[in-house]
Amino acid sequence: MPESEQLLALYREMLIIRYTEEQLARSHQMGLIHGACHTYVGEEAIATGVCAHLRPDDAVFSTHRGHGHALAKGVSPHEVIAELFGRSTGCSEGRGGSMHLFKPEVGMMGTSGIVGPCILQATGAGYSFKLLKSDQIGVAFFGDGAVNNGAFHEGLNLASIWKLPTLFVCENNMYATEVPFAYSAGNPHVGNRGPAYGMESLTVDGNDVLAVYEAAGEAIQRARGGEGPTLIECRTYRTRAHAEGMRDAGYRTPEEVEAWKARDPITRYNGWLLENEEAGPETLAAIEAEVKEMVADAEEFARNSPWPEADTVSEHVFSQR
Amino acid sequence: MRELTFVEATLEALDSAMARDPSIFVVGEGIGARGGNFNTTVGLFDKYGPERLCDTPISERGFVGMCAGAAMTGTRPVVDFMFFDFILDAFGELVNQIAKMQYMSSGRLKMPILLRGAIGIGHSAATHHSGSYYPIFAHLPGFRVVVPSVPSDAKGLFATALQSDDPVLFLEHKSLLFNRGEVPEGEYTIPFGQARVAREGTDCTLVAIGSMVDKTLAACERLAEEGISCEVIDPRTIAPLDMETVLASVHKTGRLLIVDETFQPCGVGAEISAQVIDRGFDDLDAPIRRLNGAHVPTPYSPTLEEAIVPEAAEIEQSIRDLLAE
Ligand SMILES: Cc1ncc(C[n+]2csc(CCOP(=O)(O)OP(=O)(O)O)c2C)c(N)n1
Ligand SMILES: [Mg+2]
Repeated sequence: MPESEQLLALYREMLIIRYTEEQLARSHQMGLIHGACHTYVGEEAIATGVCAHLRPDDAVFSTHRGHGHALAKGVSPHEVIAELFGRSTGCSEGRGGSMHLFKPEVGMMGTSGIVGPCILQATGAGYSFKLLKSDQIGVAFFGDGAVNNGAFHEGLNLASIWKLPTLFVCENNMYATEVPFAYSAGNPHVGNRGPAYGMESLTVDGNDVLAVYEAAGEAIQRARGGEGPTLIECRTYRTRAHAEGMRDAGYRTPEEVEAWKARDPITRYNGWLLENEEAGPETLAAIEAEVKEMVADAEEFARNSPWPEADTVSEHVFSQR
Repeated sequence: MRELTFVEATLEALDSAMARDPSIFVVGEGIGARGGNFNTTVGLFDKYGPERLCDTPISERGFVGMCAGAAMTGTRPVVDFMFFDFILDAFGELVNQIAKMQYMSSGRLKMPILLRGAIGIGHSAATHHSGSYYPIFAHLPGFRVVVPSVPSDAKGLFATALQSDDPVLFLEHKSLLFNRGEVPEGEYTIPFGQARVAREGTDCTLVAIGSMVDKTLAACERLAEEGISCEVIDPRTIAPLDMETVLASVHKTGRLLIVDETFQPCGVGAEISAQVIDRGFDDLDAPIRRLNGAHVPTPYSPTLEEAIVPEAAEIEQSIRDLLAE
């Protein structure tokens, strides 16, 4: 069980993600976000529970649904919101938007508009760290949809044969856009696929931040100790549409959405903290108020930030050394 | 005449071809009950069922390779990528297998596979959802490459693609998909390799591709007020490329500008200019000019995105510069 300071840090991190995502959803409705916006609402426990174990020099590779990973890895809400607003103060200086969030300074090696590459790149990070004899690790976050991509098969096999310090975190929210995982996967259990590649694997409740924290902690310890990669399947659900502004009907029932909302990771964890007297209601309310204010400040910062200068558009195609 | 969007126009062609030919099937992510991310298959799932409107996992290399095998064994796959960018995950299957299969088998095997996707820059789609890449495919022997600019052409060219025994890439610019235009009823085909003269003129020739056609026509409209007469040619297919129409026009005007959103180096404009220099050098009264999108990955922010795509005002200026040569 983590220390109580750590317990509250997990709560705060989940709130940072939730409030930032809710702000982004509102901003999208107001037309402040010009491109796509896939929110992480409902899945906050996963990035939070995993990244709590990571150091800034560990490398995270993410997906199209990556705001939560960036925030949990230490990119500020200011830089994330500004990036989605297309401003020069964003973490990718306005070049990337939602699906191209980069901040290598804190080990955020990118979200991606293409499903799959994060699995291979995290494997490559594992290769680097092994070669450099460092105890850093590479982490890939990806959806159930990516499990059916060749990158999953090839990445897991490569990491396994060379015992690379890589963690594969599958966020199984049961759908790839509108296609159910139960339809698209011949074996819809991800957590039992590890043995097919000769690696450890397990399934956890992805809406239980402590369960994720514990499973990730063990896997990361093994990876740092040279014992190779682990695949963790986190069962979860996105409670908003695939992307903001998209329809969210016809492929799943309102009852299913409501049932998962009742398992909301933040509400659950809030209840757990109170029940186990790890925190009183005032403490939690104070954290909520502080994070709300931070996100409001981030939005204002983003809205008042300058646009990138058009004449910088050709910079960074190549190394500028 | 009635008006349809690009999406409605190709859907009509697909529907009638599928009704006639039971060997046609469509694969892609969300092309079944959902009707396609860009509504490219709306209504077909109810009509033709899940085997002919087959929702796939996110396995681009897998289903493209699978469709190659299907095309070699008696069926006619249509691969719907939604965003064309996703085709790149299947590049090896395309270049080493699909494009070469007929040649490798001395023509005994056919490769009737239609690969479609939305291309182009706009709406802050950023660099993984804005690619066009058609010059890459036009470079390779074995591909037909179609880039329509009006709904009526989209329908006729799509119908031709569905009958072709060659691999066809059918690429529609995202900013055009929901534009309306007059579209004839019933079935018709438009042959590949036949350009459309979108506007007749005598002072200079403009070759414009895809989304650049409307912008170029708008620029010409403005210049016409000053008595400047431009001819606009829409090649419609990049491979095969109808050079006869371009050469005939340059023979008349003596000046040529190629307007294309895709990258300039080794691009379609380079190919057209080389052929004009080769076969129409004596017709030229000025250097050939090209106007392209900037040679950079596509940025997200609107201020950066705007800066890399040729707009009507820029096209107009390029025409003025060309006429001043
Ligand atoms: C190679 C590739 N193919 C298709 C897409 C289009 N696409 C974007 S998100 C998505 C669904 C992803 O589902 P999943 O991996 O389960 O992640 P989730 O959205 O559920 O978090 C698809 C098909 C893509 N981005 N990349
Ligand atoms: Mg999913």
